[in-house]
Amino acid sequence: MSSVIRATDWREATVAAIAPETPRAATLTLDVPGWDGHRAGQHVDVRLTAEDGYRAQRSYSIASAPEDGRPMITVEELFDGEVSPWFVQVAAEGDMFEVRGPFGGWFVWDASETQPIMLIAGGSGLVPLMSMLRHRRNAGSQVPAKLLVSAREADDVLYARELETIGVDVVLTYTRRAPRDWTGYTRRVDRAMLQETAILGGRTYICGPTTFVETVADHLVALGEPPANIRTERFGGG
Amino acid sequence: MPVTRGFNRRRETTPGDRLPPGQYLERGFPVLSAGPTPETPLDEWTFRITGAVDAEREWTWEEFQALEKETPTVDIHCVTTWSKFDTTWEGVSVDTLLDGVEPLGGYVTAFSDGGYTTNLPLEDLTGGRAWVVYGFDGEALEPEHGGPARLLVPHLYFWKSAKWVRGLYFMESDDPGFWETLGYHDRGDPWLEQRYQGD
Amino acid sequence: MEHLDGNAAAGELSEVFALDVTTAVATCAGCGMTGPVAQAMVYEAGMGTVLRCPQCDAVLLRYVRGGGELRVEMRGIRVMHWPT
Repeated sequence: MSSVIRATDWREATVAAIAPETPRAATLTLDVPGWDGHRAGQHVDVRLTAEDGYRAQRSYSIASAPEDGRPMITVEELFDGEVSPWFVQVAAEGDMFEVRGPFGGWFVWDASETQPIMLIAGGSGLVPLMSMLRHRRNAGSQVPAKLLVSAREADDVLYARELETIGVDVVLTYTRRAPRDWTGYTRRVDRAMLQETAILGGRTYICGPTTFVETVADHLVALGEPPANIRTERFGGG
Repeated sequence: MPVTRGFNRRRETTPGDRLPPGQYLERGFPVLSAGPTPETPLDEWTFRITGAVDAEREWTWEEFQALEKETPTVDIHCVTTWSKFDTTWEGVSVDTLLDGVEPLGGYVTAFSDGGYTTNLPLEDLTGGRAWVVYGFDGEALEPEHGGPARLLVPHLYFWKSAKWVRGLYFMESDDPGFWETLGYHDRGDPWLEQRYQGD
Repeated sequence: MEHLDGNAAAGELSEVFALDVTTAVATCAGCGMTGPVAQAMVYEAGMGTVLRCPQCDAVLLRYVRGGGELRVEMRGIRVMHWPT
């Protein structure tokens, strides 16, 4: 590594591009001098500083695959959030903040892995899993993989169009409102749903709010999945 | 360090002399915890006065409920900079709990379910300045806010108001508690901004 | 506010440890459970960060940055190891 900047140092990030994903979420492409790449599933810390010196810090998962160049983060605006509204509503090309990272050595997946993978997302928990799926597609991997996404309604599903061609079976469940003519699941992820849809016996990645992650993990263990094969990442507020 | 265009703190500081230095007024009631919410059944709950005292005391929940109640309305100040004005509580004054108790030490550690502790000088618990409360805003104190009962010492930073409190342990010398061993102040007066040791 | 997991503490603890803690495995001094630090329960308490054993809830590690200092208390970890 030629850069003398450690991944742990704060460094400037500039918004190179911003694109809406859903009415409540946006993906930002970042220019980060000295960026040395990342692994699928990793996250960065971001830090915003106001003119009066006030600072706020959050963590966001990297949505882009490692081989896709500049890192991209997808941010979902949280009700009454302090930082996420800035990213989704205010941020524009050229804006600057600070990033630190990438971090994460556990909730990561490399295409060199051979086990089947089951990916389970609650809302914006899909972001790091998307990085894994994009990486899998880029690598031409044939590893069996499947994605289960729980979202409130169709408008909340990140990357909806890209998921149609991402190369894996995608199962959606809507917890608040389903599209007209929807014949799929319309409830929170439960044991029966997992039994019907999940690839078991490989490695499972679950990401989303804490309650979602723990409920799903408990169900999988009850279905006989060894806890050591379940990797979780819990998301907080913003 | 770049300033981020268009980013501002969401909160507003209120001018006036009710807000200690460095604080802002919060409309909600943030729930921050160092661990999981304990769930002690009321029929197992006791409150104890123990340690360097002439005689230890203990009350069951029923006995505690029978003690003289007070309903203080106070401002509270968290060291993480949020403050709330005019919070209303119901509980027992520490003066009532210490009535007839002879302390043999000038320092106290409040101890809680889940292992949390906080230390403070005895004099900050007396003179009508501290309570063990089981009601907030006219209702039973919720577990996430420290129920069934928490310490309330509003003239000090709110980490001294130990949630899930189960007793007061008296000591002859000060012994830093959970946050104090990590650098927070042994007393914690928000008007003197005693946030960290040495402040 | 709910707890998170060790992944959330990676950035903060990078101020203390040269190696990413989410690649570390720790043994709880309380119950002896050995597991990935990434799966420890993390409580961001505003005043500091607390990592707890997912099996017995004992404090593994506590971290405070403030008052011109950075303090870490790790009695709750019997041993921590990273692959190199």
